Amino acid sequence: MPRLPFALMVSLRYLREGRMQTLLILAGVTGGVAVIIFLTTLISQLQASIIDKTLGSQAHIVLKAPKAANRTTLPPSQTAAIVQPRAQVLRAIDQWAAVAQLARQTAGVLAASPMLSGAGFAVRGDASLPVAMMGVEPQAYQRIVQMDKYLKAGRFDPTGTNAVIGTELAKDLGVTVGDKIRLVTMEGRSDTFTVAGVFDIGNRDLNRRWVFTSISVAQTLLDLPGGVTQIDLRVTNLFEAQGIAQTLQRRTGLNVESWMQTNAQLLSALNSQSMSNNLIRSFVTLIVAVGIASVLVVSVVQKQKEIGILRAMGASPRRIMAVFLLQGGFYGLVGSALGAALSLGLLQFFSKITRNADGSVLVSPDLDTSVVIGACVLALVVGLLAAALPARRAARLDPVQAIRV
Amino acid sequence: MANIVELHQIRKSYGEGTPVATEVLHGLDLAIAEGEFAALTGPSGSGKSTLLNIIGLLERASSGELRIDGQDTAQLNDAALTALRGRTIGFIFQFHHLLPAFTALENVMMPAIIDSGWATAKAQDQALRLLDQVGLKDALHKRPAQLSGGMQQRVAIARALSLSPRLILADEPTGNLDTHSANDIFELLESVNHTQQSACLIVTHDPRLAARCQRQIQIVDGQLLP
Repeated sequence: MPRLPFALMVSLRYLREGRMQTLLILAGVTGGVAVIIFLTTLISQLQASIIDKTLGSQAHIVLKAPKAANRTTLPPSQTAAIVQPRAQVLRAIDQWAAVAQLARQTAGVLAASPMLSGAGFAVRGDASLPVAMMGVEPQAYQRIVQMDKYLKAGRFDPTGTNAVIGTELAKDLGVTVGDKIRLVTMEGRSDTFTVAGVFDIGNRDLNRRWVFTSISVAQTLLDLPGGVTQIDLRVTNLFEAQGIAQTLQRRTGLNVESWMQTNAQLLSALNSQSMSNNLIRSFVTLIVAVGIASVLVVSVVQKQKEIGILRAMGASPRRIMAVFLLQGGFYGLVGSALGAALSLGLLQFFSKITRNADGSVLVSPDLDTSVVIGACVLALVVGLLAAALPARRAARLDPVQAIRV
Repeated sequence: MANIVELHQIRKSYGEGTPVATEVLHGLDLAIAEGEFAALTGPSGSGKSTLLNIIGLLERASSGELRIDGQDTAQLNDAALTALRGRTIGFIFQFHHLLPAFTALENVMMPAIIDSGWATAKAQDQALRLLDQVGLKDALHKRPAQLSGGMQQRVAIARALSLSPRLILADEPTGNLDTHSANDIFELLESVNHTQQSACLIVTHDPRLAARCQRQIQIVDGQLLP
């Protein structure tokens, strides 16, 4: 006979005695823990992937010059005139270098990159396509959007008279790395560029419209000497972007937008996804707790007499309580270990049968240790809490009454 | 010889403070000496089991003084009573009350396991010796359900002896057995009393068995007969 403490020995024996009950409730806890781990992992991976896909190609915060507005001497309610809103022309950010410096020094900001963007046409031979010219400092911009990741050919080197274009534009113009294209602005200024790189950012429209050049060339073409139209920022914690944007707005007076404003729908989708995940987790936890508690309540009633005998032999109420708490703990601990294994299996299965449109893995079969530990601790605590009531009831049984049953 | 049990004016009422309050023990005085072998007899409903439960510290008296091994039990809290019960008193019930989930050996080890908190090798050795003593060394690993009524009661006796208690309380230990088995069990109790010097208080309905005890205590309507 193994040398075990009293409470452990008795609780293990009771678990073995009620084999069917034990197996059923273990199956319940296993399923519950597996659902929690699997869902949490799946949803967090999908969210990370959506965020990465959406925000990988855009700045977290964009600072722009304030929009031009009409200034009337009287408030609109006191004038009969119909005032048309002003058309927006390209406006440079006043003192942009100082603003960029200020942004870089703001807590939570990882990098800042100036950009000058404006409309134009990409021309080759008879083909002329509308594009968005984006003058950037390549190294600074790479810290905002990792263009290297999206390159299909060449380098991300929009310096001198180099331009970097998207795959769709390259296809439409029939060019590749090393070929020449002309960029023409609405005002008729134009220059010839060598295609230094071709990127695929995962969005056909952007692949067709984005053309990266150096800032200085863009300044000349767009007639904004020394100016930039926006400053792009990358932040450390994505979900703090809105707060940082508000701070910068107050401090600079510029038009500041975070990704949370520009992608409000994405954010609300992510939030509802998290909320439904939390709801499912809460219900599963509740069901597991009720399951464990009901099995132990029945067990206490069934074992009433034996509890009375043990009490008559000198077992203290505390030890009797421990017998049932340990059973609850056992259900939680073993159930969560099996649940973690099951969820790993589910993830591996899922990662095999589901793929992204580009053939890459949609769900990675890796478990996040902190999620597993969290779920196991939750199951253990739920097991103990669910056992607390039946255990207390068992401990309070009067031995004489219990034996008489 | 010192007394292992002393009762002074023990009263027990049920439903106290309600209109249906009933007193079942009316001021009992009793002393049982160390090593004494006594029978407690009386008609059904006379209060035998209640008295046994009070002496066995399973129930508290409504009033009066109960000393076990010289200790005034009124001064002890539930935990201390439980500890005193575990160490000093061994119980044998009419329906053996063995733990069905455990083998004969484990049942006999149980008081020692409860006492020390652990299933120790020492407890196992002691249980093996006791089961041998009651003639059950071949049934060590059988569950109670696999044993006959007489064998079950032998296991219960071995269990009651596990911690070498100074007092054994037996509530109709032979009440459920045929004459032959009842005689065997009674002889076993006599030999335990003789070899271990444990005081025995045996509730029985059988006048022949009661007559074999050193002393007969009779209870009628909650009062001891002189």
